[in-house]
Amino acid sequence: MQITDIINPENLVYEKPKLLTSNTMHYCPGCSHGVVHKLLAEVIEELGIQEKTIGVSPVGCGVFAYNYIDIDWQEAAHGRAPAVACGISRTNPDKVVFTYQGDGDLASIGTGEIMHACNRGDDFVVIFINNGIYGMTGGQMAPTTLLGQVTATTPCGRDAAMNGYPLKITELIAQLPGTSYVTRQSVHTPAAIRKCKKAIAKAFTSAQEKKGTAFVEVVSTCNMNWKLPPVEANQWMEENMFPFYPPGDMKDGSKHDIHPNNTVKS
Amino acid sequence: MGELRLMKGNEVIAEAAIRCGCDGYFGYPITPQSEVMETLMEREPWNETGMVVLQAESEVASINMLYGAAGSGKKVMTSSSSPGISLMSEGISYIAGAELPCVIVNVQRGGPGLGTIQPSQADYFQSTKGGGHGDYRLIVLAPSSVQEMNDFVDLSFELAFKYRNPAMILTDGVIGQMMEKVELSDFKPRMSPNEIEKKYGSWATLGKPKNRGRNIITSLEMDSHRMEVNNRRFQEKYKQMEELEVRYEEIQCDDADYVLVAFGSSARICQKAVDIARNNGLKVGLLRPITLFPFPKKPIGELAKRVKGFLTVEMNAGQMVEDVQLAVAKTKCSVPVEYFGRMGGIVPTPLEVVEALKQKLIGG
Repeated sequence: MQITDIINPENLVYEKPKLLTSNTMHYCPGCSHGVVHKLLAEVIEELGIQEKTIGVSPVGCGVFAYNYIDIDWQEAAHGRAPAVACGISRTNPDKVVFTYQGDGDLASIGTGEIMHACNRGDDFVVIFINNGIYGMTGGQMAPTTLLGQVTATTPCGRDAAMNGYPLKITELIAQLPGTSYVTRQSVHTPAAIRKCKKAIAKAFTSAQEKKGTAFVEVVSTCNMNWKLPPVEANQWMEENMFPFYPPGDMKDGSKHDIHPNNTVKS
Repeated sequence: MGELRLMKGNEVIAEAAIRCGCDGYFGYPITPQSEVMETLMEREPWNETGMVVLQAESEVASINMLYGAAGSGKKVMTSSSSPGISLMSEGISYIAGAELPCVIVNVQRGGPGLGTIQPSQADYFQSTKGGGHGDYRLIVLAPSSVQEMNDFVDLSFELAFKYRNPAMILTDGVIGQMMEKVELSDFKPRMSPNEIEKKYGSWATLGKPKNRGRNIITSLEMDSHRMEVNNRRFQEKYKQMEELEVRYEEIQCDDADYVLVAFGSSARICQKAVDIARNNGLKVGLLRPITLFPFPKKPIGELAKRVKGFLTVEMNAGQMVEDVQLAVAKTKCSVPVEYFGRMGGIVPTPLEVVEALKQKLIGG
């Protein structure tokens, strides 16, 4: 029997999501981006929202996300994806909008935009890839870089006295009343991937139901800039990233759960 | 005859936006233009036309909200004043690079830095030569009356969509704050996504149906050869604007020996200066550029063949004078081109203009 003999529809147990294009991904082998892209494509397909979904890609490795998922896209300036998504969703309330942002984009240059979009409760989804390093520019310190972590701009390790502390921005976001669902996930094992997919689907549903900004952080690997093989990068992430960025849900609610004390008396 | 009202220039910008079927306004407060957003918030157009009005957290955010909404084919605008426009320059460059239509109103104040809240025309270079990074141009319209604040909103949108390019209304604290009689435009309904697609083509991100490819709004192109093709297309577009969209007004230029060149509020002052000069027996005219980009080079070149000199009058250190000099130099006529202006928020008087004309061009 030839290998080709068993390639037929009856034996098909898995296929590439229909919304994932056939373009060869530019991501490095072992990088988490590809897995998250696949999950997004699956969720958008399964929710049947391809025709009304608009993605906003960032500046960073995710800049070319528009090459891989078969939906309409806008490419934003560095850090500004939440403002761009706000402009789209406010003027097109019937659409489903999401941003896809890295840690430099979301937690450094775009801190203002993400905070205010989440605080306004703009009805879109945020996918936040946190790998603690700048990927595209070649491994410089990110706001989420751990103390002691070696990067191109912290060659002796991140030093709190010089560089301050790693920013737990998702914990801050979860405090904002405009958010609906805030969670931290990862995609380093099949179980984690399944959980992450559920979280992404929940976030998209929540945004469609106009409950506020739904925020999914994915603690990710950048084995190329961490200078580790993929398997060791996963281990490094579990040992070093998870204690500081523990996976799990941080908030499950709605922007409509308002506190009466926020309003003036007369 | 449309509805007549006595209104501030800034208020008229807001009213004209609602009336021309604008889909959204995103802005941030800054003097001397805050009345634009205040008027919109009072008018509550979301109840009337469905227009979205949002106070953003910064000018940086507002211009990027414009990018997003314009990228989905919507007619959107923002307004700000000089320091705010500097903050927006990154976003404006991206909008030009992604070829999106939108309208930006700059009610100028004096600079540099925080400068002054008093009127100025010191953002001429910033507006007409690009402002942000990369080779791009804005369509720049300079109203000199409250009436033109009304008329240019709709016109700016028309031009912005025609060329898929950001258009700027470059005005200043004088026109923004002064009240004048204005004939308001009639209401135009907002366009539906289908109407927009029919009129301007299918480029907007409105969700990808099965029967077309992905619409992608981006200014990024990693392949230099393809990026150069994009750059050439932009330049071709700007050239076409220069051929088709030049707008200007000539006042008493037919028999003029000397011509004042001024835009916006300076042009209003110069109109009075022309009257004073003519009462003194001097044959003076005024050329008022209405589009600052594209700049009326040809009419200035034509005048250069028969006048004795030009005086630009600007509320800045002499910026537009360079464009007039270039236009004159191209004709190879050796006509003097001089500049007179005030800075720091000082508005020149007509008498000062006439005095400067005598000193710099006529002699005595």
